[in-house]
Amino acid sequence: MGNLFKIALRNLRRYRRRTVLTASLIAIGVLFVLAFVAVSGSFKNMIIGQITDSMLGHLQIHRKGYVASIDNLPLTLNIKPEAMAKLEKMFQGMPEIAAYSPRIKFGGMFSSFTETTNIRLNGVYPEKELKTVPLLASRILEGEKAIRKGEVVIPELIARGMKLNVGDTIVIIATNKDGSVNGKQLRIGGVLESATGPGGRDGYLHIEDAVEILRMDAMEISEIALRLKDFGRLDAVYSTLNTMLSGEVNKQGKPAFEVHTWEGLSPFFNIARMIDVMTFFIKLMLIAIVLVSIMNVMIMAVYERIREIGTISAIGTMPGKILSMFLIEGFCLGVFGAIIGNAAGLIVVLILKVVKITFEFGRQTGLVLTPAIDASEILVVSLIVIGVAIIGSLQPAFKASRMEPIKALRHV
Amino acid sequence: MELIKAENVSKDYLVGEVAIRALNGVNFVIEPASFVSFVGPSGSGKTTLLNLIGCLDKPTEGTLTVAGSDVAGLDRRQGAAFRGEHIGFIFQDFNLMPVLTVYENIEYPLLMVQSVAAAEREERVRKLLDAVGMLDQKDKYPDQISGGQKQRVAVARALVTNPKLVLADEPTANLDSKTAYMIIDLMKKMRDEFKTTFIFSTHDQKIVGEAEIIYTLVDGAIAGRQAKGGNGNG
Repeated sequence: MGNLFKIALRNLRRYRRRTVLTASLIAIGVLFVLAFVAVSGSFKNMIIGQITDSMLGHLQIHRKGYVASIDNLPLTLNIKPEAMAKLEKMFQGMPEIAAYSPRIKFGGMFSSFTETTNIRLNGVYPEKELKTVPLLASRILEGEKAIRKGEVVIPELIARGMKLNVGDTIVIIATNKDGSVNGKQLRIGGVLESATGPGGRDGYLHIEDAVEILRMDAMEISEIALRLKDFGRLDAVYSTLNTMLSGEVNKQGKPAFEVHTWEGLSPFFNIARMIDVMTFFIKLMLIAIVLVSIMNVMIMAVYERIREIGTISAIGTMPGKILSMFLIEGFCLGVFGAIIGNAAGLIVVLILKVVKITFEFGRQTGLVLTPAIDASEILVVSLIVIGVAIIGSLQPAFKASRMEPIKALRHV
Repeated sequence: MELIKAENVSKDYLVGEVAIRALNGVNFVIEPASFVSFVGPSGSGKTTLLNLIGCLDKPTEGTLTVAGSDVAGLDRRQGAAFRGEHIGFIFQDFNLMPVLTVYENIEYPLLMVQSVAAAEREERVRKLLDAVGMLDQKDKYPDQISGGQKQRVAVARALVTNPKLVLADEPTANLDSKTAYMIIDLMKKMRDEFKTTFIFSTHDQKIVGEAEIIYTLVDGAIAGRQAKGGNGNG
């Protein structure tokens, strides 16, 4: 085998310019794939991080049917205290869960005494909420980065539109689940930056204030946001939760709860999927580049060396060895291309990191991309290149191995 | 026992839809350690006959036995194995591997065809390098040596597997007269030293005289046989 490699490498050196050109072409393909994967991957991860860490959490649990009616924030589909206690006990037994935050979601009227508008609000336990969605605090632009009793953190669009500042007094009026209306005077504790996605323009207040406004006899929870210790285990925990909650049925014998990952709650998931599809197609283009360039160069190599093939075949070299000789040549070309491409890709990604590319997403501005390449991505791209290089060499190599020595020796 | 026996060997080629008879009922016997030449004008069937003896082609009619095997019965892989074990080849254009050094070219059949152990390989290659006078050139590549030197390397490569038979198709056609005589002398010397049968084809009358048995081919048939020094009775 070592001698086959020696001959293959020397043949590659023999046609140095062609080898360099082919390896460079492959390397450029690899470079573009890695740069694309790094940039799109970091964009995707950043936006997923923004969505999950500032609003949604990794997973959410609702009473069955709540998500279908989430636009009108139904108070009739809240989780009762007994059920909540059961769920909390369950979370405590799951080491994968880093934090959870019960929320009371409701819509109401927001009045500054001179103007009134609609508002969507989340009543939360501040400590639990900030542990579950740690980026929420960074979204508070004005005021202290906290949600206190008697205070409300309002979206910046309302604050600007109604010319309200931190410390101003406002009134929240809401209809409870029985249909009666109640109001409560609160102080503006902070102004919240808008975020793209569901819940990105909601206000926040203390959960006990929400209970008071909605005149709940006992606290009823609209949704529970969960944060996992390891985001990579999202699917596994989702499936565990689904299994555990499938046993919880309502009076009609139907499942009492529904579990959703962030993917089922945010439209950005479709963009993320599009990015994955685009990455797939970019990889297909890489395959095409490698296949065409390797096949071309190997067909040329076989054509130019017909007499050599005839000679080694005449002196007794087995067809399998001739096949291996050309396959190894294609393999080495693939390896060279992959090595150069990976090295160039890593350098380009490093440069992109240093340059600090910023972009806007929805109303969020100044987001800085931190492109990074996963070792597994390098491995996958390298395997694709090397595998396709071998496949691309197969036909020419097979042709070489099947050549009749007598015809090959006569070739001019 | 004879090394090669041809009985009514014929070979037809299809050129388009027309069958051309390149060899027509050839009969001959070649004994081991012979130094044989097939002569004749272009198109007389010399190369066709060497290709048949070298198991690179199969006769259309008749029986051709080489080293006890009927060449018509060998498939592609068996043919390759048979050539690798029993036959050495010397080509008109030398046909050395340009990416291998002189030493590596000679070593090639031992590595890639016969899988001989390293120590024995080195001993055999060095012995032949010495025998053909190329030991001091062993690290050069084919494009760094002359035509005569290339053919000496080709002779060494043909002999390194200890074949029973070496076939040389017009081995001197691309060499000047002096070098051509040197190559024929070298082949004869190798025959004497290794007891290998050498068969070469040529149309060069000066070189023909160096052979001990001369078969003359005309229009695909043997038109005459001439033996010198009583070394062949075929």
